[in-house]
Amino acid sequence: MSGLNKVVSTYDQALAGIQDNMTIMCGGFGLCGIPEGLIQSIYQRNIKGITCISNNAGVDGFGLGLWLEKRQIKTMIASYVGENALFEQLSISGEMEVILTPQGTLAEKIRAGGAGIPAFYTATGYGTMVAAGKETREFNGKMYVMEPSLIADFSLIKAWKADKFGNLIYKKTARNFNPIMATAGRITVAEVEEIVEPGELNPDEIHTPSIYVQRVIQGSFEKRIERLTINESQ
Amino acid sequence: MKLSREQIAKRIAQEIKTGYYVNLGIGIPTLVANYISDDVEIMLQSENGLLGMGAYPTNAQVDPDLINAGKETVTAARGASFFSSAESFAMIRGGHVDLTVLGAFEVDQQGSIASWMIPEKMVKGMGGAMDLVAGAKNIVVAMNHTSKSGESKLLNKCTLPLTGLKCIHKVVTDMAVLEIKSDAFHLIEVAPGISTNDIKDATQGKLIISDNVKQMEL
Repeated sequence: MSGLNKVVSTYDQALAGIQDNMTIMCGGFGLCGIPEGLIQSIYQRNIKGITCISNNAGVDGFGLGLWLEKRQIKTMIASYVGENALFEQLSISGEMEVILTPQGTLAEKIRAGGAGIPAFYTATGYGTMVAAGKETREFNGKMYVMEPSLIADFSLIKAWKADKFGNLIYKKTARNFNPIMATAGRITVAEVEEIVEPGELNPDEIHTPSIYVQRVIQGSFEKRIERLTINESQ
Repeated sequence: MKLSREQIAKRIAQEIKTGYYVNLGIGIPTLVANYISDDVEIMLQSENGLLGMGAYPTNAQVDPDLINAGKETVTAARGASFFSSAESFAMIRGGHVDLTVLGAFEVDQQGSIASWMIPEKMVKGMGGAMDLVAGAKNIVVAMNHTSKSGESKLLNKCTLPLTGLKCIHKVVTDMAVLEIKSDAFHLIEVAPGISTNDIKDATQGKLIISDNVKQMEL
């Protein structure tokens, strides 16, 4: 790794500097577009006390479900976590704090964090328990809730293609939270399917410009499907 | 006779006009897509980052990188686009989605909705529901009129934690179509074989029965 070349060859290099009690963003929606190798690697390193920001929490034994197994997460900030039994157990027992956040608010908190905006107002959640204790304000006759933005020590994201400078392209709905988390990590690590030379990606088609990405690692992906639904009529 | 889930979906499909961008929630709302006629040209938005959701894939079409907000494998329709979660909710919060259909546990006469949490039961999270009810221009709630034990779900005030405050204007139940305005449920249509008295008995919130209640066409 030198100059603008962000490519690293080992997970040790990809996660250099990671410690207990950090805030880590993890891209993906369900199991779609998750940085599988980076998740596995944090699991193997037994990093503890993680404040984890991710839309979901994986399934039992896969994705962020692995971190739950080893009780690595102290606080989970997510919008929907219903897919695994261990999560339920840890949240009910109080071993893990859970901050449920509306999905759009979560996305905007991350987007704002990455853009240097400390907080914003949204109508989402006004009059519900999500707004409890938060500042509210009227604009043009409608009530809004102030939501502080989010940043992370590390953002672990998954992309389809990268060039060596860290320009990224995502595939289909595996994009989801990845591009916004790329902007909100002090260190953003992109685990990708393919790495090409700078100049090979069409600049018009780049989703995440390289400035947001500190490290790029070639991964291998199982891409487990959470709900296989087939059109039988065709 | 109370309507089946499919019949509720069929009635809601009549609300969808050509040119609409529509977000369908999980459960009965998902079924609505099956009853939109071919001459109605619409795009389905899936909040994980897909505008132009197509049918479920064939075995050969299955792609783990292409799912909907229910985490089901889907296809992309002609003219579809993919985008980030922030972009997706900009569409929703910015009021660009023409119609949102979602389920509910309770709705009240002020138009507040409870759909995400039952205290003492496992809380899975609100997902995008709070954003959808706060942002959509036009929301139709699909629900059963009463619980299995016969208690009304159309209340004067929601008892469960809210998803959104005073944001619902139309409800399609297994018994009726109702509009919510001026702090009351206004009965617009009844299901075949259901009387206005049945609706009175099944509605705990304030109910106004207009002079020209129609029978639902299915």
